[in-house]
Amino acid sequence: MALLEVRDLAVGFDTEDGRVRAVDGVSFDVDQGGALGIVGESGSGKSVTALTLLGLTRARNADITGSVAFAGRELLGAPERELRQVRGGEIGIVFQDPLSSLHPLKTVGAQLVEAHRAHRDVSRAAARERAAELLDLVGIRDARRRLDSYPHELSGGMRQRVMIAMAVINEPRLLIADEPTTALDVTVQAALLDLLRRLRRELGMALLLVSHDLAVVAQLCDEIAVMYAGRIVERGPTATLLEEPEHPYTWGLLGSIPRLDRPRARRLQPIPGRPPSAIDRPSGCAFHPRCPYARDEHRRRGPPLVPADPEADQGHQVACLLGRSARRALWAALRDGGDPEEAMRRAGLADAGEGRA
Amino acid sequence: MGAAPEPTPGRRLSGARAAMALFIARRLLWTLVLLVAISAITFLLFHLLPAADPAVARAGRQPTPEQVAAIREQLGLDRPWYVQLGDYVRGVFLEFDLGHSFINEAPVGELVGDRLPNTLALIAGAAVVWLLAALVVGTVSATRPGSRADRLLMLGALVAISAPVYWLGLVSLYLFSSDLGVLPLLPGSGAYDTADGVLEKAGALVLPWIVLATSFAAIYARLLRSGLREALSEDYVRTARAKGLSERRVVLAHALPAAVTPLVTVLGMDLGILVGGAILTETVFGIDGIGRLAFEAVQRGDLATIQGTTLVLAAAVALMNLVVDLLYAVIDPRVRR
Amino acid sequence: MSEPLLSARNLAVELGGRRVVDGVDLYIREGETLGIVGESGCGKTTTARLLLRLLDPTAGAIRWRGRELVGLKRKELAPFRRETAMVFQDPYASLNPRKTVGAIIGAPLSIHADPPDRAARRRRVQELMEMVGLNPEHHNRMPHEFSGGERQRIGLARAIALRPRLLVADEPVSALDVSIQAQILNLLDDLRRELGLTLVLIAHDLAVVRHLCDRVAVMQEGRIVEAADADTLFTTPRHPHTRALLDAVPRLQRAGAQAG
Repeated sequence: MALLEVRDLAVGFDTEDGRVRAVDGVSFDVDQGGALGIVGESGSGKSVTALTLLGLTRARNADITGSVAFAGRELLGAPERELRQVRGGEIGIVFQDPLSSLHPLKTVGAQLVEAHRAHRDVSRAAARERAAELLDLVGIRDARRRLDSYPHELSGGMRQRVMIAMAVINEPRLLIADEPTTALDVTVQAALLDLLRRLRRELGMALLLVSHDLAVVAQLCDEIAVMYAGRIVERGPTATLLEEPEHPYTWGLLGSIPRLDRPRARRLQPIPGRPPSAIDRPSGCAFHPRCPYARDEHRRRGPPLVPADPEADQGHQVACLLGRSARRALWAALRDGGDPEEAMRRAGLADAGEGRA
Repeated sequence: MGAAPEPTPGRRLSGARAAMALFIARRLLWTLVLLVAISAITFLLFHLLPAADPAVARAGRQPTPEQVAAIREQLGLDRPWYVQLGDYVRGVFLEFDLGHSFINEAPVGELVGDRLPNTLALIAGAAVVWLLAALVVGTVSATRPGSRADRLLMLGALVAISAPVYWLGLVSLYLFSSDLGVLPLLPGSGAYDTADGVLEKAGALVLPWIVLATSFAAIYARLLRSGLREALSEDYVRTARAKGLSERRVVLAHALPAAVTPLVTVLGMDLGILVGGAILTETVFGIDGIGRLAFEAVQRGDLATIQGTTLVLAAAVALMNLVVDLLYAVIDPRVRR
Repeated sequence: MSEPLLSARNLAVELGGRRVVDGVDLYIREGETLGIVGESGCGKTTTARLLLRLLDPTAGAIRWRGRELVGLKRKELAPFRRETAMVFQDPYASLNPRKTVGAIIGAPLSIHADPPDRAARRRRVQELMEMVGLNPEHHNRMPHEFSGGERQRIGLARAIALRPRLLVADEPVSALDVSIQAQILNLLDDLRRELGLTLVLIAHDLAVVRHLCDRVAVMQEGRIVEAADADTLFTTPRHPHTRALLDAVPRLQRAGAQAG
C-alpha cells in the first residue's frame, strides 16, 4: 500500500465568471520514502491538487470529490480534528513565498515552537531546544540566536529554510512542497534542493513536489506526473519521461526549454496558443487546440490515462489518443530537434493537420 | 533575495534595543517640539485673528472701561506680539500657566485641572467598553461572513453609528435612569457630581460609558471585521492552519494581532479628540468635564478659557499620537528600524 | 573593432546609500545580442536603466555612436531616445490598463508624429500587431483582455514602433509560463533578425541567455565579473561566480545522471 493514494480527485469552485473545475479527476500514488513531482503550467491545477490534499484550499464553496488516502486513512471529508492532527504532524507543507507565508509579527523561534507544540506534549523550553536543532538541521548558522529573529530580518533563502524547518519539525512521513524555490535565485535554489534531498535521506520522508520547472522536479523526484487542464496527461519514472515521453504536451514542454546541455541557438519549439482557461475547457482532449498532431476525433473524445505500453509495466501512463507506434515515431523525429511538421512527415502522419482550433 | 551577509544576531539584538531607545527618544523630542509649536500657534490664533481688542475680548460681556484697562495692564497686552508670544509659551511650559479667566475668576489651569480627571474617567471607561464590544462583534462577524449573525450585527452597527449621541443619552436616561427611568437600574443625570468614592462614581458613569461607546463600538467593529477578513486570507494564516493549529488559535493568535493595527491608529485619534470633545455626553449626564467647560466658555465668550481648552485638546491629540507610534513599534517589529 | 553602438565606462550609481552599480565597463556592437546575467540585487536592471538614461549615473561615461550621453539635457537626449526602446518584465504592470491596445502601441507614433497622419499611424499599428503575432482586429481591446504572453507581445510592438536600433529587454520572459516563454524568445529572435536590432537581454535564467545571446556579461554586487562570447563563457567559465551560477542550474536529467 502506498503512503498516499489519491483517486479521482476533483475540485470545483464557483467564481463570478462561472464554474471552475480546477482539478478534473486526478489519481496518483506516493510511496513510502518515494518522491513524486507534479509539473504543470498556470491553470493546470497542480497547486490546487497539493493544497486540497490537506484541505487548505481557500475557497469556502469548493466542491471536492474523490479519495485521498494517507497511510490507509481517508482524508477527504474527515473531521477537522483529524485533519489537524495530520497537518504539521504526519504531513508537512512548504509554500511558495516565504515572506508572506511566515507571520510578520512573530519571531522565527515562536513560530517553530508553536508548530512543534501543536503535535507534541513538551515544555516550551524543550520545544525551543528542538527549534534550534531544526534550524541547525536546515543549515542556518547561529541557530540559537536566530530563534529571536523576525522573518523580515532574514534573506529569502533563509526564510525558506525556516519554512522547511517548520514543516519537518515533527518528522512527517510526507512533505508537500508547492513551488518552494520559484521566488529564489538559482544558487539559493540549488542549496535548497540539496537540503530537501538530504532531509529525505536523513528523515526517510516521502516528497510530493509541485513545480512549473521540469528540471527542478527531475533533480529531486523518482517519478513525474505532468498536469494539463486539471488532469494528468502523462506519468512515469523520471528517466522515462525525460527520454521517452509519449504525450505531445510533454514533448512541447521539453522543446520549449532552452537547455545548457544542448547546442546553443537551436530554435525552440514552443507550443502554439496558450494554456486553457479553467472555465471554458476544450471538448474532448483538452490539449487538442494546441496539439500539432490532433485529429478530428480528438475534439470529441477525451483520452483516458492508460499504460503507454500495455505489455510492459504499468509505471508509465499516457492520456493520448494517438497510437503508440505513431507517438514513438513522432518523438524519434522530435528528439533530434525536428519541428512538428517535419516530425509528422517522418512519422508518415502528414494528413493529420486538422483538429487544431 | 539579497546577497548581503547578515550581521551576527547577538550584535543585532543589542543593536535592536538601541534602535528602539533611539526611536523612542526621537519621538519624544519631536512631540515636545510639536507641543511648543501648538502653543505658539494657539496664541497667534487667539491674538492675531480676532478683530476685537484682546483686552475687551477677555473681559467678557459688557465690561467697564476701567476693567478693560486693568486687564490690558495686567496681561501686558500693549507689548509687541512676539514678546507676548514668548511669555505665553514660557508660561505654559515652565509654570503650567494657561492664563486667567476673568469670567470664571480663576486661573484657566485650575479650571482645566479640576475637570480633567472627570473627562479622563469618562473616556477611558468608554474606550474599554467600546474596544471589548468591537473585539467581540468584529471577531464573530469576521469568522462567519455572510451568516445571519454577521448580517444582523453589521446592521446593528450601522444603526448605532447613525444614532446621535445626545439622542442615545436621552433615551437611555429615559429608560434606565434611577430617578426618571422606565426601568430604573442606573444612576441618572447629575449623579456623577454627587457621587462619593470610586465605586459610586464608577456606577454613575456606567450609562455615560455605554452611550459614548455605542457609535465608536460600531465603527471599530466594522473596521475590525474588514481587517480580520483580510488577515484571514493572508498566506501566513494558511501556514498556521497547515501546522495543524486549532481554528481558534489561528484567529486569535495569528489573524487578530495583524488586524488590530489600523484600530490602534484610529483609537489614538479618537481618544485625543474626545478629551475636549465629549461635550454632548458630558452635558446630557451632567458630568463636569473639559468638553463642557469649553462649550460654556464659548457661550460666555470667555476667551482665556477657550484658548486654554484648545491648547489642552491639541496637546492631548499630539500625546496620543506619540503613544500610538510607540505602540506600533511594540506591536510590529518591522517598524522599529 | 568598429565603434560600438553603445559603450559605458566606469558606470556607477548610488541609490539609498548603496553602490548598486559599481564601476561597470561594457560595450555593445551593432547587430549583436548582449546578455547580462546575475542574481537578484546584482545591479543588472539598474545598469540597463543607466544605459538607456532612464536613471542618472553618479559616475562614469556612456557613449552612443561615439557621442557622450551623460550630462546631456532632456531635449538633447531626444534623438537617442527615438533610437532605443525597452521591454519590461511584468506584463501586467507595464501597460496602461485604461488605454486600448491600439492606443498603447500607437503612443510612440503619435508622440513623434511619425507617420504624420492618423490613418497611416493606424495602419502601422496593425502592421506592428501582425509582426508580433497579434490579431490586428483586436486593437480596440484593453490590456486585461489579453494573457501574459500576449501582453508581452504588445509591449514588444510598442517598443519596435519607431524602428529603434537598440532594444533592451529586462527579464522579458520570467513571468511567463514555459511554453509561452519559448514563443516570446522566438519572437525576439525573429524581430531581431527582421529589423536588424541590437539587443540587450537581461535575465537571471542562464539557459535563456545562452540560447539567444552572442556575448554575455555576468554581474555580481554591482560589478561585471566576467564577460565573454557565449560559447566561451558557458563551456569554459573563468570566474568562480560564473561557475557557481552554472553549477547551480538544475539540469534536465535524472539526478545522479549528471556528469558534473
